[in-house]
Amino acid sequence: MYRYDSLDKEMLTDRSNEFRHQAARRLSGEITEDQFKPLRLMNGLYLQLHAYMLRIAIPFGTLNTKQLRRLAWVAKTYDKGYGHFTTRTNLQLHWIKLRDAPDILDALAEVDLHAIQTSGNCIRNITADPYAGATADEIDDPRVWVEAMRQWSTNHPEYSYLPRKFKIAVTAAEKDRAAIRSYDVGLHLRRTRDGELSFEVMVGGGQGRTPYLAKTIREHLPAGRLLSYLDAVLRVYNRQSRRDNIHKQRIKILVATLGVEEFTRQVEAEWALIEGADIDLPDTELARIRAAFMPCAFDPQPASSPVFEAAKADPEFARFTRRNVHPHKVPGYAIVDISLKVPGETPGDASSEQMDLVADLADAYSQGEVRINYTQNLVLPHVKLADVPAIYAALKPAGLATANMDLITDIIACPGLDYCTLANARAIPVAQSIAKRFADPERAEQIGDLKINISGCINACGHHHLGAIGILGVDKKGEEYYQLSLGGSGGDDAELAKILGPAMSGPAIPDAIETLVETYIVHRKDGERFLDTVRRTGLQPFKEAVYASAD
Amino acid sequence: MPQLIKIEGERASTVDDLFTFVADEDAVPAAGDVIVTLARLSSEGDALLSSGRRVGVRLQPSDAVEDLAYDLGALAVIELAFAKFRDGRPYSSARVLRGRLNYQGELRAVGDVLREQALHMVRCGFNAFEPADGSTAEQWLAAAHRYRHVYQRAADDREPVFVERAQIASGLGHNRPDEVGV
Ligand code: SF4
Repeated sequence: MYRYDSLDKEMLTDRSNEFRHQAARRLSGEITEDQFKPLRLMNGLYLQLHAYMLRIAIPFGTLNTKQLRRLAWVAKTYDKGYGHFTTRTNLQLHWIKLRDAPDILDALAEVDLHAIQTSGNCIRNITADPYAGATADEIDDPRVWVEAMRQWSTNHPEYSYLPRKFKIAVTAAEKDRAAIRSYDVGLHLRRTRDGELSFEVMVGGGQGRTPYLAKTIREHLPAGRLLSYLDAVLRVYNRQSRRDNIHKQRIKILVATLGVEEFTRQVEAEWALIEGADIDLPDTELARIRAAFMPCAFDPQPASSPVFEAAKADPEFARFTRRNVHPHKVPGYAIVDISLKVPGETPGDASSEQMDLVADLADAYSQGEVRINYTQNLVLPHVKLADVPAIYAALKPAGLATANMDLITDIIACPGLDYCTLANARAIPVAQSIAKRFADPERAEQIGDLKINISGCINACGHHHLGAIGILGVDKKGEEYYQLSLGGSGGDDAELAKILGPAMSGPAIPDAIETLVETYIVHRKDGERFLDTVRRTGLQPFKEAVYASAD
Repeated sequence: MPQLIKIEGERASTVDDLFTFVADEDAVPAAGDVIVTLARLSSEGDALLSSGRRVGVRLQPSDAVEDLAYDLGALAVIELAFAKFRDGRPYSSARVLRGRLNYQGELRAVGDVLREQALHMVRCGFNAFEPADGSTAEQWLAAAHRYRHVYQRAADDREPVFVERAQIASGLGHNRPDEVGV
């Protein structure tokens, strides 16, 4: 996998020295909190309800085991011994002291990790398909392009003080596993009929209080011209966007205001004037990056494994293989998901011990590589089928073998009012109460694919607009209430969820979910997922059931 | 007299600012170098530019630098105002002025101009600064040189990391080749 070279490493050292200097100036009172805020934000440091929160970037959602062990160590040494994986494939530590932050950044920089641009009004950490380099349906490794964009966007002199944050995601497989249409820029890599790599460029997606799905502004962008085209998009945004109302400064608002045709016209006009040769990476650099993402050679394996098949005699292991094990591009190999969604626990949390264990397993069985999925789960991307039983056996006692990928208990939730200053309501206890209600794995599997997303406020960090069931925390006269919506998805069938009806109290939520599930089971036709049924029948039957039983 | 930090290559110095800024509601003084707004430049520009003194213009973040295209050769200085340090529009204005309009003269950052933004300002083509935080020329220069490497080409002449890599790979660079790898 990609490793930083001496130049990248020197940049990280310079960055953490710069931050140490800035933190010292803040601690001595030389600069004000107002002046310090954007500086600490560009290094991922937020001031939350109880302490500072540090958001560490996991570029391309890919970690080597040295990095994962270092994260475990940092969490143990400077925090409470656990970390929270987020929907943007970052790791958040919620109990940090400002005076420790420079040492933490140094410790991270030693293993090529950082918190650069994980917050602030700049180009954020860029995400990609968590199965990149392993899945059979991809036409290129999207991380090649993420790395190209990481370089281009790091410390960008022109785009570090944008109107608002700016998020980019890339998919290079037919199936979109990165929810690209919910991003400021979503990129879908395909091959043209004559075999050239080309991006479909989508702009103006986003969640928050005015959710939009990104619109296509270019069907075919020659892949090698990606950076200069993005430069044109960013320049139009930086120059044209409003700056007078924080709620109207995302690019989605600019695109909606100008209209997609006019926005596209401006971008194309800007692009025509931009010196592409100054910005686009030379082929040699792209080739260097691509070579770095080549996996090690795969030992040839028989396409099926007797050990693997025999282990399925254990029904729990069999369920694990149905939910958490996915086809790999190389026969005899698999992609293994590790769920951080144990019913009753905080979604996305992993303890330092769990991180160490996953690192050990990745060293033993997965070419030393671990992935972070935006669904807040971990992935071992390159596993021999024959090794899956051993991995399962090791994960189980550590509470990491829950077989619930994409099921009702695989809930995405933001930190909510337990940590976040912006929250209206708690998200974690709601997730826990739903997951406990559906903890019976057999029942969860019978219900089938059902994504629940919970956000503690309209900022939508829990992607509630993209949940088959979305749950949004709202404030009702000082009380925590929750608004349900149905029918959302961030994948290929992307659509925003629609509000079901009046908000309800937290304790009423598990019953309401139960009612939604029962209604689905009554109405579902063969093979339909919850989402399909909702989209076919519309909200009415669900609405009637939930609000009738609430009366 | 107010002072300015000027940066030329690796050197920084503090100099007196010989220009007077004339707001729209004020009258232009009878003599002396002046900086005016874009509005005044469009209405009184011809007279001012032929009055035998040096004339500059101050643009607000929402002003389009393209509007200066015809006057660029006659202007002694262009100031781009940072309304707030968080308002990043002047960075784009500077890039367009330098890169597209090929402006070669003095480009000043005025307003909410802070040392922590020195690197970005210098890279976007600013070469004169009126810091709002009392930074000295030395502090400004140090902040602008905190990074040994940059990842993009900009208005300065620094080569990006991908060029450095190619030079190292071909044996021309200053880093030891054995340090470099993927
Ligand atoms: S959605 Fe709201 S409550 Fe949740 S993390 Fe984001 S800002 Fe905080």
